[in-house]
Amino acid sequence: MRINGAQAVLESLKQEGVDVIFGYPGGVVLPLYDEIYKMKFPHILVRHEQGAALAADGYARATGEVGVCLSTSGPGCTNLVTGIATAYMDSIPLVCFTGQVATSVIGKDSFQEADICGITTPITKHNYLVKRPEDLLRTIKEAFFIARTGRPGPVVVDIATDVFRAEMDFDYPEEVHLKGYSGLFKGEECAIDAAVEALLQAKRPLAFVGGGVTLADEAEDLRAVIKKAGIPVCSTLMGLGCVDPDTEAYLGMAGMHGSYAANMAITGCDLLIGIGVRFDDRVTGVVKEFAPEAKIVHFDIDAAELNKNVRVDYPVLGDLNWSLPRFAKKLAACGVDLPARFASWREKIAAMHASHPFSYQKRNGVIMPQQVIETAARLSGDDTIFVTDVGQHQMWAAQFCPVSAPRHFLTSGGLGTMGYGLPAAIGAKIGRPKQKVVLFTGDGSIMMNCQEMATAADNGVDVKIVVLHNHLLGMVAQWQRMFYEHHYSQSQLHGHTDLVKLAEAMGVAGVHVEKPEDLEKALSDALSREGAVLIDVMVPEDADVLPMVPGGKRLDEMILEQEAAK
Amino acid sequence: MRKFLLAILVDNKPGVLTHVAGLISRRAFNIESINAGYTEEESVTRINIVVSVDSEWELEQVKHQLSKLIDVVKIVNLTEVDNITRELVLIKVRATAEARADLINIVNIFRAKIVDVSKENVVIELTGEESKINAICEVLSEYEIVEIARTGAIALSRGPVPVKQMQEN
Repeated sequence: MRINGAQAVLESLKQEGVDVIFGYPGGVVLPLYDEIYKMKFPHILVRHEQGAALAADGYARATGEVGVCLSTSGPGCTNLVTGIATAYMDSIPLVCFTGQVATSVIGKDSFQEADICGITTPITKHNYLVKRPEDLLRTIKEAFFIARTGRPGPVVVDIATDVFRAEMDFDYPEEVHLKGYSGLFKGEECAIDAAVEALLQAKRPLAFVGGGVTLADEAEDLRAVIKKAGIPVCSTLMGLGCVDPDTEAYLGMAGMHGSYAANMAITGCDLLIGIGVRFDDRVTGVVKEFAPEAKIVHFDIDAAELNKNVRVDYPVLGDLNWSLPRFAKKLAACGVDLPARFASWREKIAAMHASHPFSYQKRNGVIMPQQVIETAARLSGDDTIFVTDVGQHQMWAAQFCPVSAPRHFLTSGGLGTMGYGLPAAIGAKIGRPKQKVVLFTGDGSIMMNCQEMATAADNGVDVKIVVLHNHLLGMVAQWQRMFYEHHYSQSQLHGHTDLVKLAEAMGVAGVHVEKPEDLEKALSDALSREGAVLIDVMVPEDADVLPMVPGGKRLDEMILEQEAAK
Repeated sequence: MRKFLLAILVDNKPGVLTHVAGLISRRAFNIESINAGYTEEESVTRINIVVSVDSEWELEQVKHQLSKLIDVVKIVNLTEVDNITRELVLIKVRATAEARADLINIVNIFRAKIVDVSKENVVIELTGEESKINAICEVLSEYEIVEIARTGAIALSRGPVPVKQMQEN
């Protein structure tokens, strides 16, 4: 049967199991939008293309499936860029379709022309410009394969508008043939043996887990490894949820705003077992003095991550699907009662964590931001997907939300994209409609993509938006307070914006909360209500995220809550 | 700083040079030269780059990051194997009546060629290793050089095994 290119794109999406597109129409993609109309293909109309890319990202993080977004050429696709970079930094599988001007006018500075492949080359796993109808189906097949296999990432498929109109047979390829990429990442068995041996030699081992575990859906095997090894474990921001927070000697997040015990354990351990982490500068502090006494084991799928930021003694290259089950098995077969061997070290670290938990001082008459996170997390229940924006509230959420499972804490870790939260929460809710979705945001971040409240309202997307409203760009102000002599340069938001009215103007219910005694009821009412709600909670301006490792310092040189209070 | 010549076999597809060049820029790698050309296989382009790196780690990073590109089929560090490296240069020099004899002498000493002559200029062609090219440029700098075009280095391994059949090293 002959169909046109636009129909072929949608048929391909069906073959790939895509159940929703996040997009925004425009000139060159009109042929595709006409087929979306005729075929009634599920599509969420966002209000800004950045929202489309970030919603697709939230969908992908919540479900583990490839997120799909669509924009027109020129400004449409350049608006996707921040979302694509966000996905790239956190290795999130996306396929971003963009329309391109007709092949005959590419390169002529045509109306709404932009070289999106050139623009996105450094922020995509791969990208394609499709100029010939005969390349279309193979390209889409490859794009999904590349996005979801190996270390996942975003792929851009830029399609010249005449390709949408070209007639073709729909013959979707079953297999992918790429000379330089197989999507398989098995390592060498002896690397795992070396890691086991290193653990047997260690006296003070520590596991350090990251987003790679979530991407590989390997939390179960990880939990088995931790149990069999009986060692303390800490997490990166991206790894939250991989370890059950009730696990003995689980220390929560490490790094700049990580827990005291996590950072002290990293500094004091003699073997650090990194699993699906990339030793980002927010987690290492000054990198030369990171884990100074430790040999480092590093499990990762990406050879370029090994030895990129820290020197690794025992690299275990390979997909965690391959390596973690083997590691667990070999630990079980090693004939040593590891939990007994490491008991005193584990208990020492656990006690350190118990005596230095994440904490804050409550104040009379004002709602502390950490209190909002704790209360909302408690009221929302176990299976809630928490989404954050970027800034102080993000770190407080990471510290005070007990995240019980992977894909339950969605945050822009690598790129730190303000404006991430609302569209990502919408995408997450659409991907996981049965789960509650709670967004923690700030009065700075929410304004970066507040237009997506209209998307939520008009599509009946039930997201709860909790704004920690401190009238500041909180994290900027915190740094200015600590390192720039309280010069609050361009970080104050004492304006006229009424977030409740803004929400209501777009059809989202709005609630204003100011008094501590009203917090519990307001949150509980909002969370149990149907439909999108914005809860605007007033919090003090001067709260700091602590502990904090100042830039250029070692992880054990933290500013602690107790010290800051003095 | 040490220099290494990497032979990169890539899928001959549109955009592949952008991907390679984009990666070099994005990862802030230092490259001395880059060139690309057809090979014995129609579907494969060979890109030769000379990178300068501070350490073995940095070289590993360059190779691993380049390997991740979907279009990249294979990378071999030819500096680590027995190899033949060549570069070609074209140099246009002002050749006044007085200088002409000297220039011809220099060309002969370097086993270079004069490939174009006009009333004012000669164009000299030389193929060789980088050090030899640098040497002739140095000697000719005594004269009035109008312009220089260099290809950057290309290399093959000695012996029968082509890069496509070598182990990545």
